[in-house]
Amino acid sequence: MAGIEVTALHKRYPDGTVAVEHVDLSIGDGELFVMLGPSGCGKTTTLRAIAGLERQTTGDIHIGDTLVNDLPPAERDIAMVFQFYALYPHLRTRDNLAFPLRAEGLPKAEVRERVDEAARLMRLGPLLNRRPRRLSGGEQQRVALARALVRRPRAFLMDEPLTNLDAELRADMRTEIKHLQGALGTTMVYVTHDQVEAMSLGHRIAILNKGRVEQIGTPLEVYDRPASLFCAAFIGSPPMNLIEVEVADGKLRSQGGLVLTPPPGLPRDRCLVAGVRPEALEVTEPGAERSVPARVVSAEWLGDEIIYVVDHDGQRDVRVRMPPTVRFAADAPVGLRHTGGTPAVYDVSTEELVA
Amino acid sequence: MGVSVDEAVSTGPVRDHTPPARRFGGRGRSVLEIALLTVLAVVMLFPVLWMIETSIKENRDVYAIPAKFFDFTVTLDHFKDVFVASGGRSALSVSFLNSVVVAGVSTVLATVLGVPAAWAYSRFAVKAKKDQLFFILSTRFMPPVVVVIPIFLMYRQFGLIDTKLGLILIYTAFNVPFTIWMMKGFVDEVPAEYEDAAMLDGYTRLQAFWRFTLPLLLPGIAATAVFALIFSWNEFVFAIFLTSSDDVRTAPPAIAGLIGGTTVDWGLVAAASVVFALPVLVFAYLVRKHLVAGVTLGAVRR
Ligand SMILES: Nc1ncnc2c1ncn2[C@@H]1O[C@H](COP(=O)(O)OP(=O)(O)O)[C@@H](O)[C@H]1O
Ligand SMILES: [Mg+2]
Repeated sequence: MAGIEVTALHKRYPDGTVAVEHVDLSIGDGELFVMLGPSGCGKTTTLRAIAGLERQTTGDIHIGDTLVNDLPPAERDIAMVFQFYALYPHLRTRDNLAFPLRAEGLPKAEVRERVDEAARLMRLGPLLNRRPRRLSGGEQQRVALARALVRRPRAFLMDEPLTNLDAELRADMRTEIKHLQGALGTTMVYVTHDQVEAMSLGHRIAILNKGRVEQIGTPLEVYDRPASLFCAAFIGSPPMNLIEVEVADGKLRSQGGLVLTPPPGLPRDRCLVAGVRPEALEVTEPGAERSVPARVVSAEWLGDEIIYVVDHDGQRDVRVRMPPTVRFAADAPVGLRHTGGTPAVYDVSTEELVA
Repeated sequence: MGVSVDEAVSTGPVRDHTPPARRFGGRGRSVLEIALLTVLAVVMLFPVLWMIETSIKENRDVYAIPAKFFDFTVTLDHFKDVFVASGGRSALSVSFLNSVVVAGVSTVLATVLGVPAAWAYSRFAVKAKKDQLFFILSTRFMPPVVVVIPIFLMYRQFGLIDTKLGLILIYTAFNVPFTIWMMKGFVDEVPAEYEDAAMLDGYTRLQAFWRFTLPLLLPGIAATAVFALIFSWNEFVFAIFLTSSDDVRTAPPAIAGLIGGTTVDWGLVAAASVVFALPVLVFAYLVRKHLVAGVTLGAVRR
């Protein structure tokens, strides 16, 4: 087992596309590290560079204490699970699992033992004699996972392994992967564009955008204080409300009069935007204490909660998370009140967190 | 006659690729469609039927005027004449053997060279890939008659005139571009992740290609090889310009050589044409499943 160190990674494809601009990652031994970002931001390229399937243009990659820049994939001792599972179609499950071991030239008895162990871990018993074509998507994914762990590699690399599964199965597999990683204690780099997956799986999350790292932090840090406007708009469903504010009388005040507690050390003379989570706002009866006038644009009933979209002084997309018991009709005049703590505040020009 | 045999042979496998006839007004075919198809079928098939008939008619019936369609005497003498002449093997049977060797070896060579090339073009970032591929394809645009003179001169320098090796080389050269193009399509269909996974599992890139991608390509290779084989088998222009002696000639010029004396033994010509057409038809029929599978290799989808 080993940590992974990615230093100043830059990848330019022969056709001129710069897939990775500059990425630094320091992934701890035994960590479940998630790379999160929209499609095309360079996640797969970064992962493939770590695996050795793609040669980086510049930058260094260490696995454990070894500089692996010049090592072929086979000598990096890592396993990868692909979005498309890449099970060999002409082999039965059992042989698919045995393959990496036979490549290593392990004795037959040990191969059988390890295959059985992996099959037990991923509960593949009844599937061992089937070919991939006769497995469902979820089963194929479990076989792919088993094939990754059968070799007991130093690290797992997972490239959006759950994207092709339906929602329910995805949630199950998420739990399973997290449990497995915890039990084995093997370093795992997990790539996804799904922030829910990232939040629920990761010990730490790196948010990537256009080939750069925007933020690295625990799920809680990333959720509470997104490091940039991009992260603020990416994390959470619905994401943060970004409300233009100015500093006045030691308070943050929106144009519509919504008053927020300012974090300490705010610069005075800049255009600022406050990031306010939907659950830090409250829809009230019109004219309630400390509330400002607003109007309900629409409401989404989600069963356990209601997301109100309200019009606050011309900003028509302010989202508020409310318990399902509080009901306001569409178009009703209401009050809008801030109930949370100090918000994250961003500079409009740099798009970064200022306080 | 010889030409119509060629046509019959080469339309066989190609037909597998033509989309099903368009249907007018939903289910079934319209009267017009059926009429047109019937006319087409008669026009296309008549020479073939006539060839088969002639090959089993007695000479008396072959030259009968008016022509006998049904009430002729059946004989297999013409087929015997194709293979044996007085005192041993006939010249025709030697030419068939030459055709087998030339078509077979050139197809194998084209496949061995073309498949890895197609794989490389599909998998790797090659400089000016599109230009290269276009250049490769463009060598096929040229009609053989255009290049046959310069090739004749070159072959004379190298002593390749009137050798089987010469024919094998030129057929290989013509089939490699075709193989590359057709196989690249098949390789593109096989996800590169198989090779990625194999490389992570401890194989080299070449091993990954050999052990994982190649087996998945077999239907495509079979389909491609059949096309290459049929091209080499049917090829006439190079064969007639570059070879002359009986023990080097392939079947097409040999059969054509039967026509042109003061008297033409039409029965023998027809029988030789049937023998010539048969292997290709049988072969195309045997790999028909692969031809279809080759076209719809999409079974391994992302
Ligand atoms: N082999 C390649 N050649 C050229 N460009 C590529 C190649 N692979 C990916 N790209 C480009 O690099 C960028 C990042 O791709 P990728 O790493 O796959 O992103 P992600 O996995 O985050 O969706 C994209 O713009 C993509 O089009
Ligand atoms: Mg990707």
